[in-house]
Amino acid sequence: MAGVEHCPTEGSPGSPYYFQLSYFTIYLTKGIEILEYYTKVPFYHVLFEAVLVIWIYRLITSKTFRFREQKIELTEKEEEELIEEWQPEPLVPATPTYDLDVITPKVVEGKPGHTLKIDDMECLNFATFNFLGFVGNDKIEDTAIKSLHRYGVGSCGPRGFYGTIDVHLELEERLAKYTRTEEAILYSYGFSTIASAIPAYSKRGDVVFCDKGVSFAIQKGLVASRSRVMWFEHNDMEDLERLLLEQKEKDEKNPKKASVTRRFLIVEGIYVNYGDIAPLPKLMELKYKYKVRIFIDESASFGVLGHTGRGLTEHFNVPIKEVDLVSVSMENSLATIGGFCCGTTFVVDHQRISGAGYCFSASLPPMLASAAIEALNIMEQKPDMFDDLREKAKLLHAELDGLQGLVCEGSEESPIKHLRLLEQLETIDDEEDKLKEIVAIALRNGVALTIARYLKDDEKFLPPPSIRVTVNVQLTKEEIKRGAQVIRQAAEQVFG
Amino acid sequence: MTPSKDKSKMPVRSRLTSRRSQKSRKNGFSSEKNQLSALQEEKLKEFRESFVEEFQDAPLYAAVMSYLFYFYMAFFACIKDLMIRLGVRKSKRPKEYKNEGFVPLYPEFEDFYFRHIYIPYSWAFNKPISSTAGPIIQLMEREVVDGGWQHRLTGVKTRMINTGSYNYLGFAENVGPCVEAAEEAVKKHGLACCSSRHEFGSLALHNELETLVARFVGKPAAMVFGMGFSTNSTNIPTLVGKKDLIISDALNHSSLVTGARLSGATIRVFKHNDMKSLESVLRESVVKGNPRRHRPWGKILIIVEGVYSMEGSVLRLPEVVALKKKYKALLYLDEAHSIGAVGPNGRGVTDYFGVDPADVDIMMGTFTKSFGAAGGYIAATQVNINTLIEYSWEIIDHIRGSSHSAAYASSMSPPVAVQVISSMKIIMGEDGTDEGKRRLKALDENNREDILKTRFLSAIIYFRYFRRRVKEMGYVVFGHNASPIIPLVIFAPGNTA
Repeated sequence: MAGVEHCPTEGSPGSPYYFQLSYFTIYLTKGIEILEYYTKVPFYHVLFEAVLVIWIYRLITSKTFRFREQKIELTEKEEEELIEEWQPEPLVPATPTYDLDVITPKVVEGKPGHTLKIDDMECLNFATFNFLGFVGNDKIEDTAIKSLHRYGVGSCGPRGFYGTIDVHLELEERLAKYTRTEEAILYSYGFSTIASAIPAYSKRGDVVFCDKGVSFAIQKGLVASRSRVMWFEHNDMEDLERLLLEQKEKDEKNPKKASVTRRFLIVEGIYVNYGDIAPLPKLMELKYKYKVRIFIDESASFGVLGHTGRGLTEHFNVPIKEVDLVSVSMENSLATIGGFCCGTTFVVDHQRISGAGYCFSASLPPMLASAAIEALNIMEQKPDMFDDLREKAKLLHAELDGLQGLVCEGSEESPIKHLRLLEQLETIDDEEDKLKEIVAIALRNGVALTIARYLKDDEKFLPPPSIRVTVNVQLTKEEIKRGAQVIRQAAEQVFG
Repeated sequence: MTPSKDKSKMPVRSRLTSRRSQKSRKNGFSSEKNQLSALQEEKLKEFRESFVEEFQDAPLYAAVMSYLFYFYMAFFACIKDLMIRLGVRKSKRPKEYKNEGFVPLYPEFEDFYFRHIYIPYSWAFNKPISSTAGPIIQLMEREVVDGGWQHRLTGVKTRMINTGSYNYLGFAENVGPCVEAAEEAVKKHGLACCSSRHEFGSLALHNELETLVARFVGKPAAMVFGMGFSTNSTNIPTLVGKKDLIISDALNHSSLVTGARLSGATIRVFKHNDMKSLESVLRESVVKGNPRRHRPWGKILIIVEGVYSMEGSVLRLPEVVALKKKYKALLYLDEAHSIGAVGPNGRGVTDYFGVDPADVDIMMGTFTKSFGAAGGYIAATQVNINTLIEYSWEIIDHIRGSSHSAAYASSMSPPVAVQVISSMKIIMGEDGTDEGKRRLKALDENNREDILKTRFLSAIIYFRYFRRRVKEMGYVVFGHNASPIIPLVIFAPGNTA
């Protein structure tokens, strides 16, 4: 045996060629055997098998047995007929899908500030988002007019080509300084701010965790981003954590994919649709635990929450640096047009080339930017106005407590309150009709209210109908009491 | 009272006819109108022959140089990245705060482009000015710090001729009747309403502006919005839905693309301003229907622009209208750059080509450019079917009722609205002077003397002259003669800076 191992010969069991050769010879001999077999069997057997083989070949190749779909070619005449036949739907649906009263809204005369002049009647303003009473502020208007005489109205171009005017740079710098962030970026419309900021970061394949109560602009930003959205119940941190865990499990299964899947968490400071405050400390804890970047829309909380009006982060004493992006609409507290995003330069600068509303839209009219600068000046000079506003919000909340048939929703400190029905009625329209009655009665008594308007078909999660009551700092305590009294009486009249 | 109740009372036959006539009128076509008459055919043919646009290819030298440029940039960028990774070089990029272990915020390639191509040249963009964006601007000079990551103003201001702003009619000015009117508006109405149009954001001014705009563009009704970009992005979704098809020009503006995406409709693209491509897409779509649902399309909306801002090309409107009628599609025309700037009366491409505005279903435009303000409008055909059904609904009413901007965004700022009203009145000649006519005339090179007389010496104003001269100098110029935008193509990105 040893000798065989030392000098293996071809074909011997130790040789590497042994198997190949042997199999070849086996096949060859088998083949010959089969052929030999055919010489032995009767002729009709060979013929039968040959016919079978030919038949199978035919079955495979013949056209009638191809199960592929045939391409249908239409003749030109048929095409013309189809074109003739096709009747498009009308451009707009045959029945109106919107409330008929929204197309003829009340026209406001004069300045929509402390009071609203509607149908020649001065009404207390409990409806607009002018929280700090900057509409009609003389100082702001003077600054705006000065700016108007220097720059004209429009900027006639996007920021990229000579639409960047020195006031825009100044405002961005001031906003960054005021919010204590590294950089701010200015948009020319409040709605577009967050709606452009989200798709600038979150792309297809990314995951966004979003509160079900967010405003419409955020919803549209999410649609534009084409990311996967995981909705958690409004202000429900347990539900959020459940979703985060779900995602974590998914990521652990596929770590390669997880390493390029960005995760974002989007909340509002004060929810415009609910009037309550996001629990930021818990959110920050979850941010670091699950490594999710957090974006906060502070449109309703900037200039409202916090000792000096710096918003949600100041309210909870969370360093604003830890929030990745803060987006604010200047159309509420600052009482001008536009919006801004602020955060670290690393994050914010990216929007200068990829924020659609920034790159492709004309810049903010310089006079409106100047107005915002002046508004910031006033906010810095009179920091007690924020406490005043919160006082008044609390007062209104207390006054609106225990209305007949209505419940006041929202945080005490929030200047936005929602009056919702205590008992659900059959349809949303019925509920709205009741609320509209209250609004109409209040308007006759000199209190301007509005029901919260939503596009019912487009909202992802339609909030229940409500009257949205807002406070502005110019309302005196007596006026707030009077307003609440009017609402109380109206509610009694409707539900009594 | 709902319309459906009314309908049920009507005899079947009249109900059918009413529905049909309503449909056809609403869409801007009817069966009689579908066929073009011989005269119209001839006109179209004539138009096709006379319509000249140029898109020269890059000269070989320029093409090679541009590719070389990118190759060079990418090569050195890789070396820089390597050096940073090895620790030889320090990155000057600002850092993210406390986010160790997070998934990188930017995709690798996008970030590479941003770091190495955009940042070194970033000072060529977003240059700040410290004056009106008028004919002469004051440019604020900046110096580059940290290789482009920061810019510092040097305090030096240079006066320059402005060929970059969309100030077609010279309304970006800080004196004159428009500015005075805007000042009045600030004193009367303040700067903003802090409320949406559906709530308490409607002023009488807005209604006045809407009727004026409708009259200006030749449509029965219009609605205005606070921002041009969101006019497109928030209103297209109210017009089309998931059952519908959008046929969009390949080079449409980002706002139209955003709007189309938000709408959930299927989007098909045709080659830029190529009518053969449009017809083949239209024909295929109508014949084959929706391939996913195996049903015909609900409606087909063609989205085009009047003047394309990056190519300087003018829409072949008469041909688009003919195709739209033939295939019963709807037409959405974005006149952001053509309203006020094109046409003998400054009323956009319909005015320029002599097309009836009724043939265009939805006319959209912005106030940023020719009117020197901000915001946008949508004007559409109003369908009055009062005689058949008690309640009449209109396209504009539908937009008014269900536009995202109208429901959730703040209404237009009063001084801005007034600027539009007064500038539009000047263009229409309703201010009692011939100022508007002068400005429009100045848009034509034949009136050189007028140009010199007017004080609106914007380089864009005499664009035809400008275009000819630039071409004589040997630049590659894109676009149509009538376009106020003259893209000078310089190919290699290095030339920009």
